[in-house]
Amino acid sequence: MTPMGAALKGVLMMWMLEIPPFVPFFIGALIAIFTRGALRGAIMLATPILSGLHLWGMPEGIHLQFAFLDYQLLPYRVDKLSLIFGYVFHIAALIAIVYSLHVRDTMQQVASMLYAGSGLGAVFAGDLLTLFIFWECLAFTSVFLIWARRTEKSYAAGLRYLITHVLSGVILLVGALFYVAEHDTLKFDYIGLDGIAGWLIFIAFGVKCAFPMAHNWLTDAYPEATVTGTVFLSAFTTKVAVYALARGYPGTELLIYIGAAMTCFPIFFAVIENDLRRVLAYSLINQVGFMVVGIGIGTALALNGAISHAFNDVIFKGLLFMSMGAVLHMTGRINGSDLGGLYKTMPKTTVLCIIGAASISAFPLFSGFVSKSMVMSAALENGHDWIWLMLLFASAGVFHHAGIKIPYFAFFAHDSGIRANDPPNNMVLAMTIAAGLCIAIGIYPSALYSLLPYDTGYNPYDATHVLAQTQLLFFSALAFVWLNLKGKYPPELRSTNLDFDWIYRRAVPNVLQKTFSIIWKVDGALRKGFLVRLDRCLDFIAQKNGGISNLLSRTYPAGSMVMWVAVILAAYLFLSFIR
Amino acid sequence: MENEKQYLFDNPRNVKRLLNCFYVICAILVVLDFVIHRHIVHSWENLWAFYPIYGFVGCVVLVLVATWMRTFLMRDEDYYDPNGSGAEGGAHDVDA
Repeated sequence: MTPMGAALKGVLMMWMLEIPPFVPFFIGALIAIFTRGALRGAIMLATPILSGLHLWGMPEGIHLQFAFLDYQLLPYRVDKLSLIFGYVFHIAALIAIVYSLHVRDTMQQVASMLYAGSGLGAVFAGDLLTLFIFWECLAFTSVFLIWARRTEKSYAAGLRYLITHVLSGVILLVGALFYVAEHDTLKFDYIGLDGIAGWLIFIAFGVKCAFPMAHNWLTDAYPEATVTGTVFLSAFTTKVAVYALARGYPGTELLIYIGAAMTCFPIFFAVIENDLRRVLAYSLINQVGFMVVGIGIGTALALNGAISHAFNDVIFKGLLFMSMGAVLHMTGRINGSDLGGLYKTMPKTTVLCIIGAASISAFPLFSGFVSKSMVMSAALENGHDWIWLMLLFASAGVFHHAGIKIPYFAFFAHDSGIRANDPPNNMVLAMTIAAGLCIAIGIYPSALYSLLPYDTGYNPYDATHVLAQTQLLFFSALAFVWLNLKGKYPPELRSTNLDFDWIYRRAVPNVLQKTFSIIWKVDGALRKGFLVRLDRCLDFIAQKNGGISNLLSRTYPAGSMVMWVAVILAAYLFLSFIR
Repeated sequence: MENEKQYLFDNPRNVKRLLNCFYVICAILVVLDFVIHRHIVHSWENLWAFYPIYGFVGCVVLVLVATWMRTFLMRDEDYYDPNGSGAEGGAHDVDA
């Protein structure tokens, strides 16, 4: 570090105590409630900048701890793993805030600050209870970014999203309680899959990480959020889950298979999906899959790959969501079937989107390449041949749907006749920052590598890697061109594609409805039958009794019985007097 | 629409040029396979033009399978809420 950097660091250390990074964000949110307009914008911008500078001067170690019911809570633990996520969350928050500077919606702005703060709180949480608290905060703050769209669809999607995430939090809490019982500590370190606590916490992380079959909250809710909300959403939730898996379950073999499945199945859905932000949501799962595979392999190289890929993904996926958000914002449309030819009037957005597309596709000299190749190399070196082949297929596939399909159908393809302009300056600026970072990291990866937890001396730019990756990508593009020229490429169609959420949105409600209607029918019939029989029975007894004695007959009114009781009591009273 | 500005790809010749350029790059990349010495980690990588073929075939299979998936997965756009509010197209971000 240069002397000036060291001096600046010293000054920063002096004027700021050890404040956990979620605190400035929560304070910023509080101030945002009471301010308006430009002042609110300035405060929101200043928060990640100041908090980021503060974090930069923070040495590793445990900076805050206190006892709670015999257990040590560590709300602020700093090490290399949490730091790198802390840095990227600050960058993401800053970019997303710049992108949303034009928004005048208190609910959305406050929620986004609280959400970013919760993400930071979660990655610096040193114990499971603090993690659980921020885990739930993430859910409750982010759902407002979905509801802020203020449509019926977004309300319903937000509700489903909230239920899923609260459930994940509850499972985490139960897991944490079991963990305390098993290990007598709440400290969040390696957990592993032995014991019920390990499995419960694993499932909780998995739901947030969009494991297969638990992934539909993501593809359901993200495309329904607001233009700016989705940019925030894409940065934090899944990356917190990746962080948690990297800390709790590195080297867990099961993760390799789960991750490989995550890289492959979403690309099929992405190819036939019409809503371009939903295409990006599927490709988000695909990218998280690469990280999960890296964590599962668990070697230094693989973990570095997973973590650096998370870092890069926050930026390039944010860039892609921003460019599609710009399209939605300016045209009011996001379906591939309605768009096309926008390059004519949105040239800046087009170029920036293509940079994002090149980065996610891992073209050499773009950020995705320097991180994804680590996971691929690790898979190959550790003898996971089939997994490597799946990852290679997924790499080609991600280029196909995110790298080509997104820019092609939005900005080129047939001319839709829409002549929308480039978005407001703040949106263009935010996208430019993200695009600049994508290229900078791609050209000079050492800066990113120096932040990683392990020193592996990995160099992505050797002839073998570069040539192999370029060949793979160009021939995937060739397949796209060929299919398109042949007319075999599936056209964009207005449609809904069934996914696993069909089970809980259609199948289960239908089955329940049918079951209950049958139960109610049977129940009604049984009650009716019983009542008829009871009636007949009573009639029968009454008839018999009527024959035996008039006094016990059912035909007497109840009033007469009361009268006779009163007479008897009066007789007793009378007798007691005369005695 | 007659006086509308001509944009880059409105001219089919430009599209043709771009595609030709692209084909040439693809050809060069295959040829480079023979020139550049690779470090092989896996025996499959030794196969002739392994990466180009894998990328091409992989993507064709991807698209064909995805197209086939449409036959049983595709439903109406408003499948999940048949009497929805019709928010499609008019859903702008909330801003000033």
